[in-house]
Amino acid sequence: MLRLAMLPDCARFVLRIAPADMAAAGQVFGLALPEAIGAVAEADGRLALKLGPDEWRLHAAESDGAEIAARFAAELGTTPHSLVDISHREIGIEVSGTAALDVLTALCPLDLAARPVGSGTRTVFDRVEAVVLRQAENQFRLEVWQSFAPFLYSLLEIVGQEVEAGL
Amino acid sequence: MLLIHCPYCREARPEIEFSYAGEAHIARPADPSVLSDEAWRDFLFIRSNPRGTHYERWRHTHGCARFFNAVRDTVSDKFLMTYEAGRPRPSEAEIEEHRS
Ligand SMILES: [Zn+2]
Repeated sequence: MLRLAMLPDCARFVLRIAPADMAAAGQVFGLALPEAIGAVAEADGRLALKLGPDEWRLHAAESDGAEIAARFAAELGTTPHSLVDISHREIGIEVSGTAALDVLTALCPLDLAARPVGSGTRTVFDRVEAVVLRQAENQFRLEVWQSFAPFLYSLLEIVGQEVEAGL
Repeated sequence: MLLIHCPYCREARPEIEFSYAGEAHIARPADPSVLSDEAWRDFLFIRSNPRGTHYERWRHTHGCARFFNAVRDTVSDKFLMTYEAGRPRPSEAEIEEHRS
């Protein structure tokens, strides 16, 4: 069984900051940033995923976006960093159900089955770059650029039908 | 598909996530304006193109997005090892260790 859903909008940021300053950034965001690449921190509707040595993806409720940007500007004004609002660049797609792993694996060369629950990474789904978060054994969240979302979504639907038909 | 070990992600990842970025350890001249046309041409275009061990740059574009360096055997196409950008060329002994 496969469930697909376009997720409601949220506030999204790309944060680039020296690892030495990540604790300060975590305080401003209200959530300690994860230290290892691929690790996710999540609490009170906020999420932080470490994508690279000095790159984090931050998610929050849509209504909190402006306040977060303002706090970073005010409290980290003298600490070199970059906070880019990408809320409307991306769309979240939730892929869940017993067939979720099979369907995603059909499109992705990375061994998703081996990735632990509560982790995330950037990778490629049928040549479309996406960030994938494994939220539960059979529940994944894909973050994909707006313009690629209809393509990826319909591809997931088609592969889902194929998997369900036993092809 | 090849698996390439990213020194930042510290794991083997599918080749499709990476892009090739030319020969490694080529320092950009500090002051290009004092170079002769021949020296500037050599910096831009002349590469070692060896048969065997080749030091090259790669980028984990669709992963951690970092540039790093790799040692690859141009005869077998095999990656011998990868290492972080900024580190000096690994020694023969170091490469041998990874060859096995
Ligand atoms: Zn990487």
